[in-house]
Amino acid sequence: MAVTQEQLDEIALSRAEYDLIVEQLDREPTPVELGMFGALWSEHCGYKHSKPLLRLFAQDDSTQTSNRVLSQTGAENAGAVDIGDGLAVVFKVESHNHPSAVEPLQGAATGVGGIVRDILAMGARPIALLNSLRFGTLDDPQNRHLFHGVVGGISWYGNCIGVPDVAGEICFDESYSGNPLVNAMCVGLVKADNIATSAASEVGDVMLLVGAGTGRDGIHGASGLASRTFEEEVELRPTVQVGNPFLEKVLIEACLEALGTGLVNAIQDLGAAGLTSAAIESVASGSRGILLDLSKVHQRELDMSPYEVMLSESQERMLLVVAPENVSAIKEVMKKWDVACHEIGQVIADQIAQVSMGASLVADLPIGPLAEAPQYRLEGKPSLEDRDRQKLELGSVPLPTDGPEAILLRLLASPNIANKKSVYRQYDHQVQTNTVVGPGSDAAVLRVKGTDKAIAVTIDGNGRFCQLNPYQGGLIVVAEVCRNLSCSGAQPLAMTDCLNFGSPERPDIYHQLEQCILGIADACRVLGVPVVSGNVSLYNESRGHAIYPTPIVGGLGLMEDASKATRSAFAGEGLMVALLGAVTDQGDSSDLAGSEYLQQIHGLVAGSPLIDIDLEKRVQQACRDGINEGLIMSAHDCSDGGLAVALSECSIQSGVGFIGEFPVGNRWDLTLFGERQSRIVVSFRESSWNALQSLASNLNVPMIKLGTTGGGRFKIDGQVDLPIEQISDGWNNGLEAVIG
Amino acid sequence: MRFGILVFPGTWSDKDCYYQVKDILGQDADYVWHDETSLDGFDSVILPGGFSYGDYLRPGAMARFSPVMEALDKFVTTGRAAIGICNGFQILCESGLLPGALLPNKDLEYRCQPTYLRTERSDTLFTTVCSQGQLLNVPVSHGEGNYFADGETLIKLEEEGRVIFRYSDASGKATPESNPNGSANNIAGIINESGNVLGMMPHPERSCEMILGSTDGNLIFESIIESCRRS
Repeated sequence: MAVTQEQLDEIALSRAEYDLIVEQLDREPTPVELGMFGALWSEHCGYKHSKPLLRLFAQDDSTQTSNRVLSQTGAENAGAVDIGDGLAVVFKVESHNHPSAVEPLQGAATGVGGIVRDILAMGARPIALLNSLRFGTLDDPQNRHLFHGVVGGISWYGNCIGVPDVAGEICFDESYSGNPLVNAMCVGLVKADNIATSAASEVGDVMLLVGAGTGRDGIHGASGLASRTFEEEVELRPTVQVGNPFLEKVLIEACLEALGTGLVNAIQDLGAAGLTSAAIESVASGSRGILLDLSKVHQRELDMSPYEVMLSESQERMLLVVAPENVSAIKEVMKKWDVACHEIGQVIADQIAQVSMGASLVADLPIGPLAEAPQYRLEGKPSLEDRDRQKLELGSVPLPTDGPEAILLRLLASPNIANKKSVYRQYDHQVQTNTVVGPGSDAAVLRVKGTDKAIAVTIDGNGRFCQLNPYQGGLIVVAEVCRNLSCSGAQPLAMTDCLNFGSPERPDIYHQLEQCILGIADACRVLGVPVVSGNVSLYNESRGHAIYPTPIVGGLGLMEDASKATRSAFAGEGLMVALLGAVTDQGDSSDLAGSEYLQQIHGLVAGSPLIDIDLEKRVQQACRDGINEGLIMSAHDCSDGGLAVALSECSIQSGVGFIGEFPVGNRWDLTLFGERQSRIVVSFRESSWNALQSLASNLNVPMIKLGTTGGGRFKIDGQVDLPIEQISDGWNNGLEAVIG
Repeated sequence: MRFGILVFPGTWSDKDCYYQVKDILGQDADYVWHDETSLDGFDSVILPGGFSYGDYLRPGAMARFSPVMEALDKFVTTGRAAIGICNGFQILCESGLLPGALLPNKDLEYRCQPTYLRTERSDTLFTTVCSQGQLLNVPVSHGEGNYFADGETLIKLEEEGRVIFRYSDASGKATPESNPNGSANNIAGIINESGNVLGMMPHPERSCEMILGSTDGNLIFESIIESCRRS
């Protein structure tokens, strides 16, 4: 068979990769075989460019030896962490950027569905959803369309399946115009002894395909959409999958009931590259082979070819691996829930995949080469523009003539900072009745029924910082996630990450990828939180421009006493307010690097952000200890918009005024709106001041008094004096004003 | 007493209701799968929230044909209490056990938010432990909770005192701003003519512990328990 360039382009394989396949098989592949290689060797499934870099996470032993981690990263569908009491939390974040760019509602909805099935494949009940969204600025009607579609899709799918959507973040920047980022995270709870595996290791076991019928939707989703740059969007529409949340809900219950019988030996979800990747990965991790008969696959369209059945990405399907004598019991469970269930294959000892359609054999491949995509280690190099952007002279940033009040009001109304309530009130964040702290605070807190414990979860990213300094940006994103968890009183336990980047084949982007990963790995080492799961989304480019390098990190924290959970809002009137951490009476230009202030007010994305990760660790410790000892009553991470914005948010969310008395230099913009890292705003009773001060100084953490709470105004001595209603209005209506 | 909690494919508040009546209020409770044909042995029945059959046609339009709904018809003729929450309310309206319909929210968006419910009567099966006018802090979470009935039915409901809960503000006033979905007359919950079937959009099972923000939802189930004890 003479394969054409056009055929190779369709499955996103290079000519060299094709030659490698021919060499390994010692013959030309059949069309079905080539399709299987294309899917499994895609960037999305095979991690061709990222795998060598992801090993950087594992290089240092200290992040991997956490005795709480119950899964090996990458070996199963999600990471599992022991939280004591015989329970484990399972979690993972995944991207659905490209499908959401093509069809935002279905793209985002099926992104939620996909990550939920990853959690289900660990044998866990999904207990929380989070999402991190990025769009181009909302003055462009196309971006507004994408925004409404994505939010609508998450709302539609998540609400129907009865899993609360408890936290998230939304960011708008020109960099994501036409290439939105839709990263969905799911958290599950399972008895530690009942964690399921995807590895099919028993010869003779039967493969049961359960759930939705297989249709023509999503063919080439992995190779076509997720593994190439994104220019010809109109033509790609048929490759977006269509979701059925009702079926997902029923599938969750049916699979959990089936797993509860103890008769399921392995379970795997059908995600990217559909049946091909589910079946091959399952037997590859069990060091077995498989016989598949595609004529047994229940189809929802007529006359589907073997190629289409193998590569369909129809949603709401799972693969269960069951001993022959237990098949009828599992079928009974599926029948109760009206979920279709068919025997489509068998696990065999020889490590080969033989795929037939009835009597005709359509693929006969060794498992090894299929499961081992080629790996590329490239040379990264920052571009000159990247280096230039890092230079920022304070003298070149004029002090705004408008004054601090006007700047504060403008920043509060910026869509990146403004209240996201108009979005999260569309998501059910309470179902399952565990939500102690819901969306809108630094982290969400969920109590664990049957124990005194709670888990805290959050998700965060900062593309601007990573663009300006990929290594520092990588450090900062992990630091901020852990800071958010610490602000709720929780001890950070583990991370999951989704690496959203442009084409790794460009040296400057490869450099970003490598440096961000190094930064994430180093921060994880210092803060003692391993990365236990993740996903990579490359080729995020549109209209010739790559997105900002945007690693999104999801964090899991644990608190022994759920009733101690703190919120970001001031805890009442007459309290003292202090800043814990890197105190900024003498700021410098790095405080403004990549700040919302610099972008919104000066139209600049410049500078080189910095973090002292060792100080960060101590600041978080002080915050958690202060909360645990009952001293700190509220805590809020000082991040987007800087100190004045953080204080405003504490005031607005509590409805309690603030009287600030702290030194502000001539460059009030540095003090009020600089985004220096490692700072937390806390409120507490005046009587706790001495105890808190000695706690902080024992940890070598600076702390200064900022002011007191009370009254109806928001004041910072000599700078700002506004009624709470005025700062609330801007913050509450900022997003709605631009989404129309 | 013993609660039966109906479970349709797509129901999701079943476990929350079970937790409330069993673990918080210490009552017996059992799940009842939608194809059961008898509700014998239960003192009260809960139709929980969720998206039965995905709500694909209309919320509740498919579930009303489940076999258990015939059993429910018989069950309520005995005077025992049935409460439909959210999707349960929608199913009760579709099945004709309660009048009216739940339309899409006026903003055409899903709403998950806290609401205050003003207790309009304290002499029903569902409110005996509440006081007249008591405000209950109970959240809503739905896309189609905009209560609608024709003018004549609304007048009848009001005249017969069958509006049990009304959305109101923190001071107890039923204002347009406190109405999360556009419901006629700020209606959040109604009972049938015999007074033993309640349908309400808000979720009392979510207000069952202080750590979740409110325990006001317990009052409705405590009322059912108290009414059952007295009878």
